[in-house]
Order: sequence, then structure tokens, then C-alpha cells
Amino acid sequence: MTSEDIIKNGSVVYSRPRLLNERNTHYCPGCSHGVVHRILAELLDEMGLEDKAIGVAPVGCAVFAYNYIDVDWIEAAHGRAPAVATAANRLNPENVVFTYQGDGDLAAIGTAETIHAANRGENIVMIFINNAIYGMTGGQMAPTTLLGQKTATSPYGRRADINGFPIKMSDILAQLDGTCYVTRQAVHTPAAVRKAKKALRTAFENAIAKRGTSVVEFVSTCNSGWKLSPAKANEWMAANMFEKYPLGDLKSI
Amino acid sequence: MAKIRGAVIIDQQRCKGCDLCVVACPTDVLQLQPKEVNDRGYHFAYTANPDACIGCASCAMVCPDACFTVYKITTE
Repeated sequence: MTSEDIIKNGSVVYSRPRLLNERNTHYCPGCSHGVVHRILAELLDEMGLEDKAIGVAPVGCAVFAYNYIDVDWIEAAHGRAPAVATAANRLNPENVVFTYQGDGDLAAIGTAETIHAANRGENIVMIFINNAIYGMTGGQMAPTTLLGQKTATSPYGRRADINGFPIKMSDILAQLDGTCYVTRQAVHTPAAVRKAKKALRTAFENAIAKRGTSVVEFVSTCNSGWKLSPAKANEWMAANMFEKYPLGDLKSI
Repeated sequence: MAKIRGAVIIDQQRCKGCDLCVVACPTDVLQLQPKEVNDRGYHFAYTANPDACIGCASCAMVCPDACFTVYKITTE
């Protein structure tokens, strides 16, 4: 049996999600953003949220997220996505609001907005892409950069005495009474992608049921910033990032 | 015994040649084109060994650009 016969007679196991636009993404080859965009588009379609979802795009590599997923989007100022999402959710309680932020957005300039939105228990989903670097601006050190990790602004590796320690945002948010679900996932293997999608589904179900803030952190790669090939970046992440940012649910009520 | 066979269609113009599908494939179906490039200059993925495909969709799961359509059939 040839491939043509299988394609003609077989069943479709997987096809490009309907909610992803035809546009090519501007992300570097192998970027985790693409995978997260894809599972987000699949999930919004599966849950029938096409007309109900409102995304809030950040500043950072995902600044053009509104170009790729065919739902309603708002572009927020740097770090202010949770504040904008608060307004969108309070004015449109029947809609499902999510933010999509990187570590420079959520963990640096937007720390206050993030913590207070979570502390107020806004019924939003925060999608947090943690790749330990400022990808868009050229690979500078981020608050989540690991100790000893080399970046454009820490060429000899991050030092605790000068640069401080990497911040574990999800652990901080898990302590707050406003959050109902905090989890840390990755998208480096097919199994991890399936698990991450399940976690994202739980987060959206919480937002629909108005249980409080859900935070889904994705430990991600930035192969351009880390100066590794995409496959090597995944290996580096599994070997180094998971020690500091272990995967799994931090809070689930 | 029933045998599962699979096939993939790759959107070669969309592919950025990141190699993640090649690493993820459990049966070594996929390879990157060694010389040929697509319109955007990337060495795109192709099915070098299509008969080995089992339709597990691991390639589709890790693809950041959603280039894959995966088909599966069970034969006697």
C-alpha cells in the first residue's frame, strides 16, 4: 500500500487547526511559541470558544499573536496584559479572556499587574512562556535567566551577587488565594505537548466556570537567544531548566 | 494480524526546517532536504522513508508551524 492509498482511504489523525491563519509565523524555526499557538488554536476550536475568547497579546516575541489565531485580540502595553484582561473580563463576563505573555512581560515589567490580577482572582487564563531570556530584543538577561546562563547582557553567565536569582513566578502566584490553578508545562516532546494541552483545557474550563485565575507556565526554548539548534535547545532545556522550573501542577483546587 | 500504516503530507512551503519532527519521529520517516530549499530558503522536511510511517502524529505534535496532515489506516 502506497502513501497515496493511505491518504485516500485512511482517516485523518491530525490536520492544521482551523483557527490558525494561513499567515506564516515570524517566529524563528523551532520556537516553542509556534507549538503553544498551535495547541491554543486547537483547544479554542475544540471547546467552541471561537466567538467567545478574547486574547490579550503582550509585548515581546508574541506581540503579533493576534495575526495568527483567528479569535478576538487586544494588544496591551508592555506587561499590562493582565490589567487589560481584567477590564475585558469584567465588562464582558460571558466571554473567556486569556493573556499570552513571555517572561519579560509577565515576570519583569508586568510583575505588579500579574500579581494583583491573580490576587484579585480575576477569571482569566494567563499563558506564561518562560524561555529565560528576552528573545525579541536580542537575547538579554531576563528575571528568569538561570544562574550561570550566558546571555547578551551576562556574557560570563548570570551571577547571584550582581544579577540576583531567577524568579519562580508560578510559585509566587500559587501562594495567592485568587488563583485556582497553577501549572508548569513544556512542549519539547509529543507526550509533553499532549499533557500541556490538557493543562490548558483545565485552565479554560476554570475560566468558564469562574473559579479564579488560572496560570499555565510553559518552560520554553529560545534557540536563537541560547545560540543552539532547536533540537539541542530542547535537550538543554530538559537538562537545565527543569531543575529550577520542575514540571507539574503547583496548585489545583 | 492487523497492521497500522500511516502517511503524512508536509506543507513544504510553510516548513522552516527546524528538525524537531525528524527528532520526534519514532520510526525515522522524516529527513530534512540536504540541498533543496523552499521559497523562503529553508531546508524543508520530507518523507525519506514513507513506508515506515505508523501515523502516530508525533511529528505533528512538535511542529511549531503546523505543517503536518497525518493519515492512518488499519490493514489486515
